[in-house]
Amino acid sequence: MSIAGMLLLAISFTNAHAKEKMNHNQSDMKMNHSTMKMDKMNNPTAEAVLADYFTMKDALVGDDSKKAAQAGTKLMASLKAFDMKSYSKEDQKELADIIEDAMEHAEHISESPIDHQREHFKTLSKDITDMVAITGTKNTLYEQFCPMYDKGSAWLSTSKEVRNPYYGSGMLKCGKVQKTIQ
Amino acid sequence: MKILKIIAIILLVAFVGIQFIPTERNQSDTVPPTDFMLVHNVPETIQNKLQVSCYDCHSNNTQYPWYNKVQPAAWFLEDHIKEGKAELNFSEWDSLSSRRKKSKLRSIVKQIENGEMPLDSYTLIHKDAILSKDEAEEIIGFITQLKNSL
Repeated sequence: MSIAGMLLLAISFTNAHAKEKMNHNQSDMKMNHSTMKMDKMNNPTAEAVLADYFTMKDALVGDDSKKAAQAGTKLMASLKAFDMKSYSKEDQKELADIIEDAMEHAEHISESPIDHQREHFKTLSKDITDMVAITGTKNTLYEQFCPMYDKGSAWLSTSKEVRNPYYGSGMLKCGKVQKTIQ
Repeated sequence: MKILKIIAIILLVAFVGIQFIPTERNQSDTVPPTDFMLVHNVPETIQNKLQVSCYDCHSNNTQYPWYNKVQPAAWFLEDHIKEGKAELNFSEWDSLSSRRKKSKLRSIVKQIENGEMPLDSYTLIHKDAILSKDEAEEIIGFITQLKNSL
């Protein structure tokens, strides 16, 4: 019991470190680019939302409900911290709407069994996809689609290879890339 | 024997005592223009069903059962209504954006499909709130169509 506790503590410490490091890198990047007209591609708070979304996606691919729930809690925080100052009024309105919706799905995912998590992940994926359409991202993303889950469901991935978050090990490779987002 | 008697008296006093703690009532005389039924063209059979099966916890107007003034039942109800309205409030439906509406409609369908809603603890007492298979299908059909039209 205590060993497990120590381990957990150690892991959370290294996580915190890694995150801090990441934040540093991102803020550095922002400074470098601030003179260029690239702030649309370069919103560290949007990247943080994406990072938590992908952690969640990977957890669902791995049938790991607990990890998905933790990612849900983290995602709620990163959504809350989303900085939309640099966008037009219209985009801000849209983003606020997206974030409010995504927040609710993240909350449900943080406290539900895996089937229910996957239900919410579907709508969450739509929200995040719409967010990326406005914010852009520094990475290439792949919008993937599985025709079988709930009359067809999409999600985002950083990898071209299909790993299905709606079925996990039940049907790991069901789906195809339907769009590349650059 | 004496101890039992004391415990019984304490419990009785506590039971009477908690009756004086007020609870928030979820009741309203008017139906706001944002109400789901006023915004959408909902068939009458579905209107009735939603009213009986959903509106007690998902609107600003609860048809309270007789025991609603007896504690601790009243707390239990208050809690459920608060939570229910936070998730979905049909009375304030039209204040949601179309994204939020679609999201809610999808959740409604899923909850009914999975038999999660109406809650078992609710239908246990409100037998008329139980959705038959046909009724559930009818509602799901309507809600799905509505979602696709938004």
